[in-house]
Amino acid sequence: MKYIDEYRNGRLARDIARQIASTADPGRSYHLMEFCGGHTHVISRYGLEDLLPDNVRMVHGPGCPVCVLPIGRIGAAIALAMRSDITLCTYGDLMRVRDKNGWSLLKAKAAGADVRMVYSTLDALKIAEAEPQREVVLFAIGFETTTPPTALALKTAIAKGLGNFSIFCNHVVTPAAIHSILESPDVRKLGTIKIDGFVGPAHVSAVIGTKAYEFFAEEFRKPVVVAGFEPLDVLQAVLMLVRQINDGRHVVENQYIRAVTRLGNVKAQEEIANFFELRESFEWRGLGELPLSGLRLRPRYAAYDAEKRYSMVTFKAEDNQACECGSILRGAKKPADCKLFATVCTPDTPMGSCMVSSEGACAAHWTYGRFRTKARQSNAGRAIA
Amino acid sequence: MCLAIPVEVKEVLPDDMASVTLDGVLKIISTALIDDVRPGDYVILHVGYALTKINPEEAERTLALIHEAAMGNAT
Ligand code: SF4
Repeated sequence: MKYIDEYRNGRLARDIARQIASTADPGRSYHLMEFCGGHTHVISRYGLEDLLPDNVRMVHGPGCPVCVLPIGRIGAAIALAMRSDITLCTYGDLMRVRDKNGWSLLKAKAAGADVRMVYSTLDALKIAEAEPQREVVLFAIGFETTTPPTALALKTAIAKGLGNFSIFCNHVVTPAAIHSILESPDVRKLGTIKIDGFVGPAHVSAVIGTKAYEFFAEEFRKPVVVAGFEPLDVLQAVLMLVRQINDGRHVVENQYIRAVTRLGNVKAQEEIANFFELRESFEWRGLGELPLSGLRLRPRYAAYDAEKRYSMVTFKAEDNQACECGSILRGAKKPADCKLFATVCTPDTPMGSCMVSSEGACAAHWTYGRFRTKARQSNAGRAIA
Repeated sequence: MCLAIPVEVKEVLPDDMASVTLDGVLKIISTALIDDVRPGDYVILHVGYALTKINPEEAERTLALIHEAAMGNAT
């Protein structure tokens, strides 16, 4: 497909990897965090880490929206879905995530709850329109890429006078999460986690623009390179980061110029601002409460806010004690460091957040990396055409 | 769910909608988040919405930069 295949060329990938190896200073190490789950997935799928020299390491960040949704919010959604008047619309990835009692939306559906998987917020609107007798709730999650679609759904619902439509808002914001990682004691106290630079998200950046990262680059003196989602994009971004680190620079660079601008999608930003406001604090699975990191509907749309409309309650729930997701999401540990990995915890029986979606670090490693750790180098980059 | 892919706009429809082709399959998506959509444009499709347009010149430039990087010239 156009704009995809040309960024997957295996020969070029190996050539760039060689350039990375010759550019990287053998006397130092480079720890680069990819924030976004989409990048985590690409890196695992194409075995990109195997192409990189040993002193250039990727650290997986918390940018998988399904993974960072606290179980308490899942529990609240399940409780709501069990009400006979409610139709809960959700993205597919959320169906299998379990709450603290081992329940999932899938299980709730099997038990009679009206849970419908939607591909788009537009589908949820259609259901609300077609079935006025049902109370249709959109279980909205995700970063800045899914927030504008939720905002537009609300806008359309209001325009059409769909009084039976509301939103359970769990949207989160990327810059706050990056900030919290950089502020976390593990990163601040030198020596525990080393992060030398960031591969910035692709499509989140298409919405918020590269300017959103300028503050971190400056304040924390870390380079950020926004990268596209294909393997050559990621490799080129790594090379750009290595060069910045060598030069002692820490600026925001844009590898994904074909889709991302400095200011981002202003129209989408306006739609977000029209309908949402920051919460004082929001819980992230694995990272805990982060200030100013989540969104809720503005008070003037309270009638469409499922949390208010149905007096929803969220209970705090802890992950399995042995689960290392917290450390993995902050880049301190790798999936294989967890005792439960691939034994008790698999994508079918996820114990922690990093295993619940294919974009989570543990799930990506389970699917693509598990058998490879031994065979490193020999089949490097095999998956690229 | 973060999957977002480049698709080609086939036809611009009323109410900020458009038909696109995705692996040869025709799909109706919302273009309410972007301006000036025309047939032949490539957009990034995410959960039923076009998030942004792909800039063909910048795409060419990126490929050129990738080729340069692969050959060892500073980008
Ligand atoms: S393998 Fe499972 S239990 Fe271990 S850190 Fe990953 S998600 Fe948590």
